[in-house]
Amino acid sequence: MNPTDRTLEPSVKEAPAHAAPTTAPSARWREERVTKDAPTPVLECVDVDVRYGGFVAVRDVSLPFGHNEITALIGPSGCGKSTILRSLNRMNDLVDGARVDGKVQYWGQDIYGPGVDPIEVRRRIGMVFQKPNPFPKSIYDNVAYGPRVTGMDVDSMDDLVEQTLRRAALWDEVKDKLKQSAYGLSGGQQQRLCIARTIAVEPDVILMDEPCSALDPIATLRIEELMVELRDRYTIVIVTHNMQQAARIADRTAFFTADVDETSGDRTGVLVEFDLTSKIFENPSDSRTEDYITGRFG
Amino acid sequence: MTTLRTTPAGAATTPPLPGAPSLTGRPRPLETVVRWILRAAAALSVVITIGIVISLLGPALAFFREVPVLDFLTGTRWAPQFADKSFGVLPLVTATAWTTFIALLVAVPFGLGAAIYLAEYARPGVRRTLKPILELLAGVPTVVFGFFALSFVAPVLLRGLLGIQVGTFSILAAGLVMGFMIIPTIASLSEDAMTAVPQALRQGSAALGANRMQTTLRVVLPAALSGIVAAVVLGISRAIGETMIVAIAAGARPQMVTDPTMEGATMTGFIARMALGDSRIGSLQYNTLFAVGLLLFVLTLAVNLVAIQLVRRFRQEY
Ligand SMILES: Nc1ncnc2c1ncn2[C@@H]1O[C@H](COP(=O)(O)OP(=O)(O)OP(=O)(O)O)[C@@H](O)[C@H]1O
Ligand SMILES: [Mg+2]
Repeated sequence: MNPTDRTLEPSVKEAPAHAAPTTAPSARWREERVTKDAPTPVLECVDVDVRYGGFVAVRDVSLPFGHNEITALIGPSGCGKSTILRSLNRMNDLVDGARVDGKVQYWGQDIYGPGVDPIEVRRRIGMVFQKPNPFPKSIYDNVAYGPRVTGMDVDSMDDLVEQTLRRAALWDEVKDKLKQSAYGLSGGQQQRLCIARTIAVEPDVILMDEPCSALDPIATLRIEELMVELRDRYTIVIVTHNMQQAARIADRTAFFTADVDETSGDRTGVLVEFDLTSKIFENPSDSRTEDYITGRFG
Repeated sequence: MTTLRTTPAGAATTPPLPGAPSLTGRPRPLETVVRWILRAAAALSVVITIGIVISLLGPALAFFREVPVLDFLTGTRWAPQFADKSFGVLPLVTATAWTTFIALLVAVPFGLGAAIYLAEYARPGVRRTLKPILELLAGVPTVVFGFFALSFVAPVLLRGLLGIQVGTFSILAAGLVMGFMIIPTIASLSEDAMTAVPQALRQGSAALGANRMQTTLRVVLPAALSGIVAAVVLGISRAIGETMIVAIAAGARPQMVTDPTMEGATMTGFIARMALGDSRIGSLQYNTLFAVGLLLFVLTLAVNLVAIQLVRRFRQEY
């Protein structure tokens, strides 16, 4: 992708008060890339409910994630964005009491179907977490970890590590200290290392849960650039609280909110609206979306 | 030499602006008292250790004035009470080494296995019930273990079920039971070390397509290594120093142990037996106790030092 394609022009008509319009890329650029009304789904939620114990955290979510697109999940805290994200690669299996109903179709097969091995699922649908969580190992071993445990057939691990770190835009910063602990890196570098670690196993889909929330604006921009580069090879789903981030990088955006049950007071996450990012930010069809993105929420 | 101060040395400091809040501290006598109390608490264990070494050293040195160190360390006949005296400590050392080795052979796999199960596989409810039971086992007095060795392990388990020819007293039975005794120590401390490993690391590993065993072996264990080594070292120290079980079940005859079905006297077993008898203070017999005690102390220290080096070398700190 040629970076000059990305002319800078505000994409958000009613920009939120805290928006920095100079960083919002062109809506035109985005639409050139994604024009179809419905994405070709690699991964798709069909009527997904997630419960923690008896508590319904999200209800009735149907959402396609387009091939080689970035999909952003936005919405207020507690509306179930992380919950939905974790249900996409069966990370909820690790949470006690979590239960997922409905289907999550990955290339047309339900990842919760009988005989499906969650380990195979996670190998293809990787995840980057909110807080950088490198292993307490060397930078090299962090990247090599996935290929080693999944028994990937690699000719030269050194080459793989180098290529992966290059793709994660980290190579130049770490090439002289590959054998040093990953904990010696800055937070932003650690997060890029975690992204590198994830792409080292050549997944199909990368799920990211607020990957920049612990980072400063410059590190954030680097990760955003990285995601935009990675989009050509991967399908990316990102949860973010940063509206400009969604506007800057996402092809499509899904807005969630929490419905409050009148009798029990339970807050259940629901999907309000899913559309092209430009549509969500410029001309949302639901007033709740509009209230949220214009900062009138709550 | 530059200093961080912006005012040149010797220059008068400017007076505070009028109405500036006072930053002068009040004296805090309680703070000082508390600090000294805590300091004393920390110093106590150091002082006691030094005290032990000193109290061991005096009689032990007296012993080595009569028995050359080399004879003591390399001799293979231990007969301090016979007319034909001999002070080769190797029979005691081999007995201790064998019991410790057998104990570890039992306790490390089972203790680590239990810890891995509790920390990585068991559901929270199971863990909540099993862990206290395990810790209860750690509190069983060692005399009870000694009689367990004598009345069950040797006759029923070893001779009856496994068909191993052991006498009433044997290194094997004592070592096995010692292993049972140490399992909870190793399991409980290792489990603590493993549960302290952040959940985020397990999730990161799972998200890369690692299975639970891989996550445990490649991420959790290395990260918990220093705690696990500490647990094993405590287990070794307890095995080397364990007295009651060997006094009851290992036998009393000091002989070079070449086969664990033999009976034998360990260093601690000898000390216990000898200390019960009447040896005149200052006599060679009396000093012998301290020489063996000093050796025990040095061995335990050596194990600890080796362990510290190991941890330095291999730990992966999170
Ligand atoms: N492990 C869990 N056990 C029980 N309830 C949970 C668990 N994780 C999340 N929840 C509940 O599910 C609901 C959705 O949580 P989730 O973390 O998915 O929200 P979120 O949209 O990601 O919020 P945030 O933006 O603050 O990260 C919340 O009410 C939360 O309390
Ligand atoms: Mg979240």
